[in-house]
Amino acid sequence: MSMQDTPPLKSRFAVLYGNLLRYPARLRLDPVSGAALFTLVAMLLFAFITPLFFENVNAMGHESFAPPGPQHPMGTDDLGRDVFARFAYGARSSLSVGILAAFTSSIIGISLGAVAGFSQGVVDIVLMRISELFQVIPRFFLALLVIAIFGSHLIFIILTIGLLGWPEVARITRAEFLTLREREYVMAAHAVGQSTRSIIFGEILPNAMPPLIVAMTMQVSSAILLEAGLSFLGLGDPSNPSWGLMLNEAQQFLTRAWWMAVFPGLGILLTVAALNIFGDHLTDVLNPRLRGGR
Amino acid sequence: MKGYRVTSKVLPGTRAVVEKSAANPARLSSIRYVALKVLSALPMLLGVIVVNFVLIHLAPGDPVSVLVGETEPTPEQLAELYQKLGLDKSVGRQFLEYVGSILRGDLGYSYVLQNDVLGLILNRVPATLSLMLTSLIVFTVVGVLLAIIVARHPKSLIDRGGSALAVIGYSVPAFWLAQIILLVFALQLRWFPTNGMTNSRYTYEGWAYFTDVLHHLILPASVLGMRYLAINFRYARAAMRDALSQDYIVAARAKGLPEKRIVFHAFRNGILPVITVFGLNVTDILAGSILTEIVFGWPGIGRLMYDAMYARDYPLLMGIFIFVSIGIIITNLLIDIVYSLFDPRVRLK
Repeated sequence: MSMQDTPPLKSRFAVLYGNLLRYPARLRLDPVSGAALFTLVAMLLFAFITPLFFENVNAMGHESFAPPGPQHPMGTDDLGRDVFARFAYGARSSLSVGILAAFTSSIIGISLGAVAGFSQGVVDIVLMRISELFQVIPRFFLALLVIAIFGSHLIFIILTIGLLGWPEVARITRAEFLTLREREYVMAAHAVGQSTRSIIFGEILPNAMPPLIVAMTMQVSSAILLEAGLSFLGLGDPSNPSWGLMLNEAQQFLTRAWWMAVFPGLGILLTVAALNIFGDHLTDVLNPRLRGGR
Repeated sequence: MKGYRVTSKVLPGTRAVVEKSAANPARLSSIRYVALKVLSALPMLLGVIVVNFVLIHLAPGDPVSVLVGETEPTPEQLAELYQKLGLDKSVGRQFLEYVGSILRGDLGYSYVLQNDVLGLILNRVPATLSLMLTSLIVFTVVGVLLAIIVARHPKSLIDRGGSALAVIGYSVPAFWLAQIILLVFALQLRWFPTNGMTNSRYTYEGWAYFTDVLHHLILPASVLGMRYLAINFRYARAAMRDALSQDYIVAARAKGLPEKRIVFHAFRNGILPVITVFGLNVTDILAGSILTEIVFGWPGIGRLMYDAMYARDYPLLMGIFIFVSIGIIITNLLIDIVYSLFDPRVRLK
């Protein structure tokens, strides 16, 4: 039978997702999106390598409020701590929170969206109602409330931001599943008796990936902004300096030490702008039919 | 360019109605449409209340200690709170009573400020609204106008510049922009006051009061406005592009209409997504205005929330959450209705 001809599931996975991995060649980078991608890669390397060279980020120096100079490229803060070291650590926590929160919301969103789009019926209606509710609930306020009540542990911040972000991913996944499940190749897979699981993961999901990848980059950028906002309000994890936390500390010394505020903010702006530009570019490349006449 | 996100973010209700239009093209009257929309907003309202109720009961410690926080209320107040929460009754019963009290406009009592939560919030509404609305109106108009200019000259310098500005406005954390603007224009150049809504050393009246508030308003409103500008420019630009490539524009050109009238034609259709997108961004914008208020010491809801957070005033925090959520639900409802006036197609059913 034809069942024998289809390669085993595992290798078909490799083929399908391998195509996704080959995207870099098809990214069609222009100077702007190239610069954005470069910024992202550089920021990631910086965030996860630089902190290794600073042993104690809370080490207090002799000189408070030293302006940027050869000794301290970004100056020192009120306690004489090196702003550059804290900036590097801040990059690590901000990016970690962004990536892990986006990961959380993507897993939840894709699973629920897939179930809703594939099964339809009551599950679909209930899930979509819930995601509509999450769309109108002010995310920032809810995150603030939850963290104010339950405490500001890093894991908690990640989970809260992640749990608030899934509906968007779920909506996109569902919409993709709704159209893709009617395609001929899915019918063919049904006809040769593939299991539901292998149809979802092997046939539909790989083809739903392009818009989901864009959605995930947007999740990362909004998670970074959300974390920064929460930390700025003093709800960040005090043991992990993040960019938002540094801005919170800088607020009371704005007149004395502008460098305490300028650098962490630039870090956020650069990262988030690069993510947004790259996300827009991905939208153009991966969904050419939706390119609004660029 | 942003077409993808516009379509994926079209308001849920709107899209459902549009989709059904193919099956049964009978038209809903305006009144029935509005009634339908109001009805569909009710589950949302209930959802928000559920979220709050669950939070009170999931919080570490019992609900009473959560609500009371670090304050020491009088025995009478405690007894009243116990009675109101009805902790001895079933959870379903507690929930019903909670919903009932919120529907009666009772958002709780702040033991820190010794005042009614709703009253405390309502006191701050004028300040927040004056900041938000000024900035909203001014910068939406600027953003849309910029998009219209740019739509006529794609890929020009102003187009690229506007797009770059929009990305920055979209990516910059509002509170950081607030800090930097404060640093430059208030602390260094001393053009504007650093803090508050009025000059506390004088009590102005009439016109002088108005100009004083305006003087305090300019910086925070501009910070907030960057976001409105960015959002509106992004979507209006994409929408105008889209509209200008439609057949009726080609027809209008063929007829030899002046370019200004053609742009106006496109504008009427291109403006629609801007309305929807605004509705979807209301929550982000509110978060931005809260943070901006805090940096500028603007005496609005954001400042109230900040103080409530530090005082661990949970009844007030929860009250603000419910109040803001209801505000957003109502805003979205109004936007749906306004949209249906502009574009009667969504009323089809």
